Amino acid sequence: MIREEAFALYRQMLLIRRFEERCAQLYVEGRIGGFLHLYIGQEAVGVGAMSVMRPDDYLIAYYRDHGYALARGADPRLLLAELCGKFTGISRGKGGSMHFYDVPRGNFGGDGIVGGHLPLAAGIGYGIRLKDTDQVCLCFFGDGAVNEGAFHESLNVSALWDLPVVYIIENNRYGMGTSIDRASSVKDLYQRASAYGIPRREVNGMDLLAVRTAVAEAIERARTDKRPTLLEAETYRYRGHSMSDPGKYRTKEEVEEMMKSDPILLWGKRLIEQERFSQADLDAVDKEVLAQMEATVAFVESSPDPPPESMYEDVYVRSPYINMKAAEKDPAWRSAIKEDRMPPTLPPPTAAPAPEARPAAPPAESKPAAGAPAAPNPAEAAVQATAKVGS
Amino acid sequence: MAVLTMRDALNQAMKEEMARDPSVFILGEEVGAYQGAYKVTQGLLAQFGEWRVRDTPIAEEVIAGVAVGAAFIGLRPIAEMMTFNFSLLALDMIINHAAKYRYMSGGQVRCPMVMRGPSGAAAQVAAQHSQAFESIYAHVPGLVVAMPATPKDAKGMLKSAIRDDNPVIFLENEVLYNLKGEVPEAEYHIPLGLAEVKRPGRDVTIVAWSRSCITALAAATKLAEEGIEAEVVDPRTLRPLDEDVIFDSVRRTNRCVVAEEGWRMAGFGAEISDRVQRACFDELDAPVVRVTAEDVPMPYAKTLEKAYLPQPEKIVDAVRQVMYR
Ligand SMILES: Cc1ncc(C[n+]2csc(CCOP(=O)(O)OP(=O)(O)O)c2C)c(N)n1
Ligand SMILES: [Mg+2]
Repeated sequence: MIREEAFALYRQMLLIRRFEERCAQLYVEGRIGGFLHLYIGQEAVGVGAMSVMRPDDYLIAYYRDHGYALARGADPRLLLAELCGKFTGISRGKGGSMHFYDVPRGNFGGDGIVGGHLPLAAGIGYGIRLKDTDQVCLCFFGDGAVNEGAFHESLNVSALWDLPVVYIIENNRYGMGTSIDRASSVKDLYQRASAYGIPRREVNGMDLLAVRTAVAEAIERARTDKRPTLLEAETYRYRGHSMSDPGKYRTKEEVEEMMKSDPILLWGKRLIEQERFSQADLDAVDKEVLAQMEATVAFVESSPDPPPESMYEDVYVRSPYINMKAAEKDPAWRSAIKEDRMPPTLPPPTAAPAPEARPAAPPAESKPAAGAPAAPNPAEAAVQATAKVGS
Repeated sequence: MAVLTMRDALNQAMKEEMARDPSVFILGEEVGAYQGAYKVTQGLLAQFGEWRVRDTPIAEEVIAGVAVGAAFIGLRPIAEMMTFNFSLLALDMIINHAAKYRYMSGGQVRCPMVMRGPSGAAAQVAAQHSQAFESIYAHVPGLVVAMPATPKDAKGMLKSAIRDDNPVIFLENEVLYNLKGEVPEAEYHIPLGLAEVKRPGRDVTIVAWSRSCITALAAATKLAEEGIEAEVVDPRTLRPLDEDVIFDSVRRTNRCVVAEEGWRMAGFGAEISDRVQRACFDELDAPVVRVTAEDVPMPYAKTLEKAYLPQPEKIVDAVRQVMYR
């Protein structure tokens, strides 16, 4: 790994951490609702895995999904807006914390049903085989999911049909308040793959480099040999299961002990000891990330709530194979469009452009306007982008 | 026109669509080497190979889930349920996934899949193998629910279902697989959400779909002997529902009976009855009457099975009731 990349991964983990710390605050302030599952402590798994994926690869994950979207390059402004239920959110305010999708980056998002997306990962793998490309699909889920039937059905067909899927257990030792000891007959979860003859291994999920190495090897196997892998990343969540969980089922000492091997701390140490970065470099990037979070919050504050009619959008795809005259009596069909709506690319988070940056005169064919419109701020740009498709 | 069975019409639809579009594939239990538990996929494995006609383990959740995931990346899967009774094991994939991802992603995802197979009562296979689940699926926004009653409709509607970009629940009926009917030889498709008057009549409207539509046609023949001309309206698709064809008919006949193979409690017929009574209140000369399966699990014994299901006689009685005869 080159030095710059090592630093960039540090920044990614830090961004996830600071993003989620801010989320926790906003939740307490009542600006984020519903379930909020924080990834704090587990960052090295998502960041490490994502760092060895190709841009055209796919991922599908469970509801503890903020880290994957950020590591895969989604704009944090769109994500925080989603959490705050804004129209500018990456899912237009319809998904919330558990449902961060970013399809242009191959991210099929967060699934709210424990184990429910594992069959879908197998389906993506099957689709890849049918299309005969060398893409792969990464699938992330918690230790709780291995007890669902869907896990077993998915692993079986993935092995049976040689599907290029890498299944990654984020073993944070608990499914809500139930420890592995009380939920799984076999304590080494990765061993469950032996029932299906699937290559398997466990990896220290607090160690970014270890995760990277293990995932890279599994991806290579999927890409080249079309073989699935089951990885078990040993990790830990510092916060409760969700914001409403005080975590009474584990001791303070246990949490503090785990925090000693914090993935960001460990990676920072490595940057200093082996990559010739200084503590000042790390402090500077932290400041930069915190400033980015301020701009992120500002974006959300200038974002509108979803207009009521958007409730009916995105249920169906408009189709020439449906009798639309009859269907359109239903507002969900009336609002259906042919296209998919992809998240917008926002202008960088800067202040509004200076007046002289505007075009001197509008192009001749454009409507006469009382003064050229100001370049939109990022939130306006997002609203325009999300409203424009299909209309 | 060729005369085909429903089974062959469905088979032709899949064969033609698979030849037309390489992204279409079939998966399910016994769809390949066994040629289909009900032989609907006969011959397809030999023509298209194992990656496009995939025999699966007995694992309904992953059958449906593979269809959903593959649809997300642009394929057009047809997931066969050996019968829809077993689709209960795949409900999470359909209701929580196929029907939800477009919405939860704010329109980023589409799920152009079909889940098809026989639904409804077969013959003496008892309570777990004789259920009509259209009301459950039609309840769910995000799904399209189609239920053809004739070979022509089956072929034309399955073609639309395969080409459509939404998840389509395509409910066939085992008892109708051998039903013969005329099917156009030229290429055609029938849009989903388009009802059809299967028999014109001036005295009463009977709304019925799938096997119940055939039962209703038999009832209409009996009624004609008594001088009552029943109009049989087949909605063909329950979601989206082409209600105007139903309303038009009721406004002419002023009387309406709804017949279905599902249970009475919260059945789809209640939805139709509700819409008709609100839209055609002034034109109705009698309350809408529903004919349904009895509200019990399906019994095994032949005599009880017959008593459980809507029969032509039950529909005839219901018509007499709305005509005050
Ligand atoms: C099928 C299903 N059952 C129950 C729940 C409720 N639930 C949400 S998260 C969770 C715990 C899952 O734990 P794990 O898989 O270990 O993931 P973690 O939250 O620890 O990251 C439960 C029981 C659910 N969402 N889906
Ligand atoms: Mg867990």
